[in-house]
Formats: sequence, structure tokens, C-alpha cells
Amino acid sequence: MKILVGYKRVVDYNVRIQVKPDGSGVVTEGVKLSANPFDDIALEEALRLREKGVAEEVVIVGIGPADLTAHLRNGLAMGANRAIHVTTAEAVQPLTAARVFLKLVEKEQPGLVILGKQAIDDDANQTGQMLAALWDRPQATFASKVEIADGKVTVTREIDAGLETIEADLPAVITTDLRLNEPRFIKLPDIMKAKSKPIDTIEFGSLGVEAGDHLKTTHYAAPPKRSRGVMVKDAAELVATLKQKGLL
Amino acid sequence: MTERETMEYDVVVVGAGPAGLSFAIRLKQLQPETTVCVIEKASTVGAQILSGAVIEPAPLDALLPGWRDNPPPICVPAGEDEFWLLSKTGGRKLPVPPGMNNHGNFIVSLGAMCAWLAPQAEALGVDVFPGFAAADNIYNEDGSVAGVRIGDMGVARDGTHKSGYTQGIDIKAKVTVLAEGARGSLTKQLIKRFGLDRDADPQGYSIGIKELWQVPAGRVTPGKIVHSFGWPADTSTYGGSFLYHLDGDRIALGYVSGLDYRDPQYKPWEAFQQWKNHPHVKPLLEGGNILSAGARAIVTGGYQSLPKVEMPGAILIGDTAGLLNVPKIKGTHQAIRSGMLAAEHLAANGLQAAGFDAALRASPAMAELKQVRNIKPGFKKGLWVGMANAAWETLTRGASPWTLKNKPDWCSLEKIGEYEAPKRDYVTRELPPRDRLAGVYFAATEHDEDQPVHLHVADTNICIERCSIEYDNPCTRFCPASVYEIVEDAMPDGSRGKRLQINAANCVHCKTCDIKDPYEIITWVTPEGGSGPNYQNL
Repeated sequence: MKILVGYKRVVDYNVRIQVKPDGSGVVTEGVKLSANPFDDIALEEALRLREKGVAEEVVIVGIGPADLTAHLRNGLAMGANRAIHVTTAEAVQPLTAARVFLKLVEKEQPGLVILGKQAIDDDANQTGQMLAALWDRPQATFASKVEIADGKVTVTREIDAGLETIEADLPAVITTDLRLNEPRFIKLPDIMKAKSKPIDTIEFGSLGVEAGDHLKTTHYAAPPKRSRGVMVKDAAELVATLKQKGLL
Repeated sequence: MTERETMEYDVVVVGAGPAGLSFAIRLKQLQPETTVCVIEKASTVGAQILSGAVIEPAPLDALLPGWRDNPPPICVPAGEDEFWLLSKTGGRKLPVPPGMNNHGNFIVSLGAMCAWLAPQAEALGVDVFPGFAAADNIYNEDGSVAGVRIGDMGVARDGTHKSGYTQGIDIKAKVTVLAEGARGSLTKQLIKRFGLDRDADPQGYSIGIKELWQVPAGRVTPGKIVHSFGWPADTSTYGGSFLYHLDGDRIALGYVSGLDYRDPQYKPWEAFQQWKNHPHVKPLLEGGNILSAGARAIVTGGYQSLPKVEMPGAILIGDTAGLLNVPKIKGTHQAIRSGMLAAEHLAANGLQAAGFDAALRASPAMAELKQVRNIKPGFKKGLWVGMANAAWETLTRGASPWTLKNKPDWCSLEKIGEYEAPKRDYVTRELPPRDRLAGVYFAATEHDEDQPVHLHVADTNICIERCSIEYDNPCTRFCPASVYEIVEDAMPDGSRGKRLQINAANCVHCKTCDIKDPYEIITWVTPEGGSGPNYQNL
């Protein structure tokens, strides 16, 4: 079985996000970019399925500009067999991403597609669900445990009330939650090996996918600053201040 | 246990700063077939680089002749220089000392510049590995340096292996190039092992604390460079500020305190924050935002403290050797120069370290240090003697027949009650950050909490039984990130007692504790690769 894994590049989770002064977006210049953490979990799960003998090949997919190659190399160093780089200079919204994946699914015929439940930049949480609908295959979202046997996948899902276990026919779409696994560390020799692994480059325009924004972002703003606190001497002054503000 | 994996290169470089990257680029320019890798503990190149930084471009012109057509992302030509002696409420503008005349120089973010250099090294075939910490030196049977051992990943706080445990590999090379920056942790071991400082004075350091601000439009004059001394430092503490106007309504500013300070109650971070509230500075910043902040030790021992920079199988370059020019407060041009010189030496000598020490000492980098060798030590006698001495040394271009001695920073502290504490004429601060914890937030520092503490204190009983009495635990004050705390706790016998708490996850890798602790019991080692601050454009 072949597993297709979405591998998006986002602003690193350790970076303090800064909104551009004109509100047109967030600053990405000089900012560390790395794999969407849920996509690292997706890749780790695919690698574990391969190591268990359930899958033979793990293919990662990235959609983005030319310099995305270095990011895809990291996924290859983690252990993916090969990568597909869909090149576009434009930002890609969830529906467009799902349509791209559908084209790649038709081409690659994977037994399973594993995506992160959401990307930490736009937090959209849509691509996996949209892909399942377009592909007309089962979806198992927010997975915290995945088992595959006899052409079926059993997925434990994290839901508000607790855990839900579902069974679906393959091929299917799975989206990963935080507790599914802990991604492995990359080893130096594997970075070297990754340099010779193949990356297929496909131009976005050649896929015949309808582009264009379905959502329009009007502006970005930082959360309002907390105003300065007031120091009070004792409980009596605290009570007096609260009363004065009409809070007591 | 399985045998440790090994990778072999002709040359392994520790540290992707200006020295290490310039070295790698130059070596590949000269000998493309030589295999070179650069190991960097930060998760990405530049994320743990912190500098002013005004740089002299000549060495960069020599390394990358076309660089001006493709400059690093932050690169503002130096404009007007100002030099001030500050009082609490005002100041006097002084003539700019020759070393601080920046005409023809550039204000850069050294972090952004390194992130710009790394791909250029990679394009020449250098393997740059960010996110991997060189944790130890490894040696050949004959005692020469054989390379470095990468730190293990996935070790729990108690030393046990977590599920993702990954053993670090050994990188073996014909020659190891240490380019760790000031007070490198591997360099420190090598200096001791090979007695490299036998014929040198002890090394000296300062701590630089820096913030990058986004300020309201209209306040910034891109290229303007302002240095000051005087308030808030007392006359027996070596301290001064820098304030550089960048483009895009950004200002880089910081404060440098000599780590030879004597008052154990001195707080370098507080001195920086005080200076920001000076009437010359505060109006520039009010209403702005901090973009990034951090701290780093600076090497200031200069000419007389330079250790031998070669040993069998390894060499030292840049600030880990100690090449910063103190009166210029610049080390980047020296780092690039020494990196290039090292590459040229190794290329011409079949990758043999022998002879590099002599080559460096005969080079312009060393001549530059010799000329200014007496300026910083002169300030040990206080600000006014230091100023007079600096004027003399500058006028004579360092022709004095004497060389002033350096003493190690750890022994400069006075004991509580045995000195007259200087009066600190401080103000009530109004600009953020409110305290060190609020400040460290802007360093975006990140360490997995479940890993061994990377600040080794050899004997914590000393902290409670001696240091608290003799020096009132200065680690709780000199650390810019509040890593060290003395807390009161229930002891095993049920009584209340004090103990040292190390908040290692806050560490910004500045190395000040390793330098200044008065008992020399703190050792800074590399945490798990990729841990530590994530600076943006510092």
C-alpha cells in the first residue's frame, strides 16, 4: 500500500507571530519556518505503518514556492520514500489544496491519505474533510490511534465527550490529532541520504485545478494589549477600588 | 548497545556564525573537493546569533566580492555617529573616538546575515546542519582532536531514555574548527586539555543585552549610530549602550556591561532597562513594540588574552578564540578575517592545524588587537583613569612599551560587607518589559522541560553555605533570563531551608554564569539540539 502524506510548511510554533504594521498579513521575512506539527505526526504515523509492513511507500506532498524543496528534504530525512512538490507562488486555501490532493490521488492511487487535522497558520481544519468529500471516500478525523487490518482501518478519534472508535474501508482519509504519536528526531546520516531521494516537481497550472480564492482576508490584527495593572496596598483598598469600578 | 554511528568529513566546523560560515565558504572556494560540514545548535541558522551589529565590510568584500548587489535582508549604510556621556537627566555629546567612526560601515542584523551566508555556503557544497549540538570533543589514540560527538536526543531529565531516544553520532574529521563564539563550551574543554592559555592572560568578557523595537513612524533616521557611556553605570563599572537606527521604523538597542564588575549586587539586565528610560532614549521607544530580545557574552580580553589558537587536529577562530576589538566594539570583521585566514592556512598545508597560530599572530587581525590592547584594561581603575588611558593609547596607536594585565572575571567580585556598595541613581521604569521573565518571552527560548539540566552546578552546597553569605548569590542577578533562583523549601528532614533552583528552560545561552560565578562551579553544556532562543533579526 502507498500512503500519501500532506506536508505543509508554516511559521514555526516557537516564533512569536508579528502582524505587519499595515495589517496585510504576518511577518514571514527572517522568520523560522518548519513543518506543520500535525503534518509531522501524519508523516510519523505513515512511517510506523510502513515499518509494521502495512505500507510499502510513503510519499509526502508539499504545495508552495520553489524554496519549499528544503522543507521537503526534511520530510525525506525523517524517512519518506519520495516527495511531490506542487509549485505555486500563491498562498493556497483549503479547497484548492483538497483539489490538488484529489488530482494526486488519481495519479498515485494511494491506499491511505494522512493529513494533519489543521495547519497552525490558518487553523482552517478543512482540507482532509474536503478531500474525502471530493474523492467520495471515508474520512476519520482527529485520529489518536490508527490500526489497519484486512483492508479496513480502525481509528480512535478524540471528540468532546471522550474517545470514539470507528472503522472505515480503505482507501480513506485520516487527519491526525496531537496524541497520535511523537514524531522521531531526524538523524544526521539520514539528512545526507535524503539528498538523493527523488522530489517530483509538478507545476500547479498543469494540474487543471481551479485556483482562485474562496475566502478573502480583510485584515490582520494583533490581540489587544493588556492594560497596565494597578497595585493596591491592602485588602481594604482592593475592595474600595473594585467598588469604585462598579465590580462589587 | 549498538555501535555509535559515524560520519566522516575532511573538516567539521562547530558553529554557524560569521567565523564558521566564512571559513567554510573560503575553504570551498579554494578547494571545492574538500568535504566540510557545519554543526549548529540553534534550530535554524541565525536563531542564536546576537550582535549590535555595525560591521566593517572589507573582509566581506574579500570573501564575497559581489555581496553588495545581493545584500543581507537588514543592511543599512552607516550614517551619522554620535557619542554621549550620559547623566541621569541629560548628557554631553563628545567627539566620536576614531574607533567608533563608522563611515563606510553597515548596520546589519548578524542573525539575518548568518541566515543569508548559510545558503551561500551550501551552494558551494558545504553541509550545514542546524538543530544539532556538538556536545563533546572526541580524540584520536594519539590525543589529537578527532572531531565532535553530537548530543543525544530524547533523554529525560533524570537521564533515562525516552521513547524517541536517538543516539548522537560522531563526526570525524581531519581537522576540527571551533567557531562557537565567546566562551564556547567545547573550546573551554580544549583550552584546558591542551593548556592553550598557558602563555596568555586570563580571558575577559562582557555581557551584551539587546532588544529590537518597532517604533511609530517618523522617529527613525536610518543609519544613525549612537553610543553612550556614563549613567546608569557607576564610575567603577564598565558599561555602555548602543542604539542603531534601522530601516522600516526599527531600532536595535542594547547595553554592554563588563563582567569584571565588582559589586555583587549589580544587575546587568536592570542597567539596560534603566538606560532605556533615559530622556534621550525613552521618547524614541514609547508606544513601540519589542520584536525580539536576548543576551550574549562578548569576549573582551583581546591581544594579551588570546590563547594559542591551534592544537593537534583543531583550531580556534572568531570570538571563541577571542578576536573582538573592544574599542570598536566589533568582532564580526575579525571573525570573517580569521575564518578566511584559517581556510587559507588549511588549504595550503594539507589540512594541518600546525602553523595557524603563527599565521594568525602575523596577520592584520592580530595587529589590530595589539594596537588597542591597553584600552579596556585601563578601565579597571575606574571611568576617568580609563578615559585618560584610552585617549593616550589612541593617540599613540598603542605604541606604549607596556601591556596591561587582564584578570579573570570570576574573581573580581567584592564580598558583601567588605566594600562600599556604589549608589545607584536609578529611575522608576515605564517601558516594557517589566521584568526578566517578561523579557525572555521575546527571546522565544524553548527547551523541552523533560531533558537533563544543561547548567551543571558542581556543588550546590556552596550556593547556600558560602555564596549566600559571601556574595548574596549573584547568579540570581547576573543571569539576564532569571534562570537561577534561591527558593525556600521543605528539606528532607522536614525543616525549612534554602536551595538553588535552576530554571534551565529560560536559558538564552549567553554563557554569563559560566564566566562570572565566583566559585567557578557553573558549567554551561549544550542542551538537546535545536533548544534555546529563537531570535528574529538580532
